[in-house]
Amino acid sequence: MAETILPFERSIYDLIEAAGRAETVEERAALLKQSEAERLRVYANLTPWERVQLARHPRRPRMLDYTNRILEDFIELHGDRVIGDDPAMVCGIGRFRGRTIFIAGQQKGVSTEEKVSRNFGMAHPWGYRKAQRVFRLAERLGHPVVTFVDTPAAHPGIEAEQRGQGFAIAESLRLCADLRVPILAVVLSEGGSGGALAIAFADRVCMFQYAVYMICPPERCAEILWRDVEKKELAAAALKVTAQDLMDLGAIDAILPEPPGGAQYDPAGAAEVLASEIDRFLEACRQGAYSVEKRREKFRRIGHWLEESL
Amino acid sequence: MGFLKRKRNGLDAPGIPDGLWMKCAACQQTVYRPEVEENMHVCPACGHHYRIGSRQRLELLMDPGSFQETGTNLKTVDPLGFRVGEETYMDRLERAREESGLRDALLTGFAAIEGFRIAVGVMESAFIMASMGSVLGEKFCRLVRDAIREKVPLVVFAASGGARMQEGILALMQMAKTADAVREINDAGLPYISVLTDPTSGGVLASFAGLGDIILAEPGAYIGFAGTRLIEGALKVKLPEGFQRAEYQFENGFIDQIVKRTEMRPFLARLLRCLSPQSARAALSSKEADAASDAPPGADTE
Repeated sequence: MAETILPFERSIYDLIEAAGRAETVEERAALLKQSEAERLRVYANLTPWERVQLARHPRRPRMLDYTNRILEDFIELHGDRVIGDDPAMVCGIGRFRGRTIFIAGQQKGVSTEEKVSRNFGMAHPWGYRKAQRVFRLAERLGHPVVTFVDTPAAHPGIEAEQRGQGFAIAESLRLCADLRVPILAVVLSEGGSGGALAIAFADRVCMFQYAVYMICPPERCAEILWRDVEKKELAAAALKVTAQDLMDLGAIDAILPEPPGGAQYDPAGAAEVLASEIDRFLEACRQGAYSVEKRREKFRRIGHWLEESL
Repeated sequence: MGFLKRKRNGLDAPGIPDGLWMKCAACQQTVYRPEVEENMHVCPACGHHYRIGSRQRLELLMDPGSFQETGTNLKTVDPLGFRVGEETYMDRLERAREESGLRDALLTGFAAIEGFRIAVGVMESAFIMASMGSVLGEKFCRLVRDAIREKVPLVVFAASGGARMQEGILALMQMAKTADAVREINDAGLPYISVLTDPTSGGVLASFAGLGDIILAEPGAYIGFAGTRLIEGALKVKLPEGFQRAEYQFENGFIDQIVKRTEMRPFLARLLRCLSPQSARAALSSKEADAASDAPPGADTE
């Protein structure tokens, strides 16, 4: 795979390259050890904007990388039954450790062709409607739902508007507020705007440690509030987008650990972490830990305000 | 943000001094200002609907003196410590309060339209573009519960630039919360009428505003999820005139009817007469039929 190196990762790779040119085994080992220390140092000190870049890292594992690793079987379901099929939103039925789960999630794509065909994980209205159809099916047949969030935002486009993107997202939210089977949502990398939330109104919402989840891309926020897209670093910091930020704000339930620098350093390990989370979730479901009432109550409480006595 | 100040009086006529005559921002015709105001801030020449404030809308559409405000004790806070340059979110809120006279962007309460009692919400575009933060989400949810408790229909006049960025992810989550509130009023079997006014966009359209049992819109209102400029920037195209306007959304099947502001009050009264819980019971039981005459509920004693 072609290496993609983010600006702040440069120092790590310089040491790795130097190790490759080393003349002695000892020198090589020392440089590799140094690079490892540098890796820990760099990733422990990222700015919020660097965290956003890391969440968008092209080498981060995608939804299908995870499902291929953790599901024993996966049958994809296509089409919203009205307009067409949205490749940005992958839905289907999976077998996980002997149980059936229904799946929906955005797939950003790995190769350039796949990225284009999947619209970089930005769903259209018929993508949300396909997910709705699969959620209803899961409910009717009595299976839990697991969703994977990996999208910059809903698609800004003409047809998306023409087909009622806002209305489609609203409908997804109302449906998830009423779904009688448990839902687990995992933010894999980038959760952006209503496009992310449309599949993340869940009993349990988890984020991978290096994922970000935000009201809108920092570039967009910078354009609107700072009137300058170049203020994206300020916007990323102000918006509070990291997994820890969201835990602190009470917007998510758990953080899934990653190796320093992210899941791309150990995709198998990350998949194992995800599998354990799904396993725990299904076990909790069996013990009746979740209900639609609790789900509603959880979201109902999200928000900060002051209540003055009258 | 000077344009917001101008819109406070409902008339955005850049460069036109206050006076008896004004140039319509839409048709450029010179029109008599008192006539515009008399016409509910709709241009008598071209029908352009000017943005109006939330209290003004209540005055124009509700029965005089019928509005009882609720939820006035909820206060917006700054959970993220958000600031843009020198201006903190608290400063921004203070400015919005001065510009709008409201504490946040949604006014809620009970009111009546031609005698029909309703729970009503009106959004205020002069308050940070009526963006949705924690207080707005919570007020909407409480309004729904008020409607359910009092067994009255809910009417919401939406207007919004979307979720409020200064509250970050908490603002986004209000979409889930308010969509669930709509589910609550649906389950209660009470009608929810959503009136989309200029502009209704982003996270508000993609939650409670887009979930009305009946969705109405004012003529020419901007209604869309992603902003026109964002789409133009992303696709590098110029979007056609009328894209994402009420008429466009109507044509695409997302709006039940486009209703002029000057006709909104009688229209809502007709709709409320048809949808009142009394009339629903009457259709299914002869005993209730007499109780549900055309007189508004509350006009007779139960």
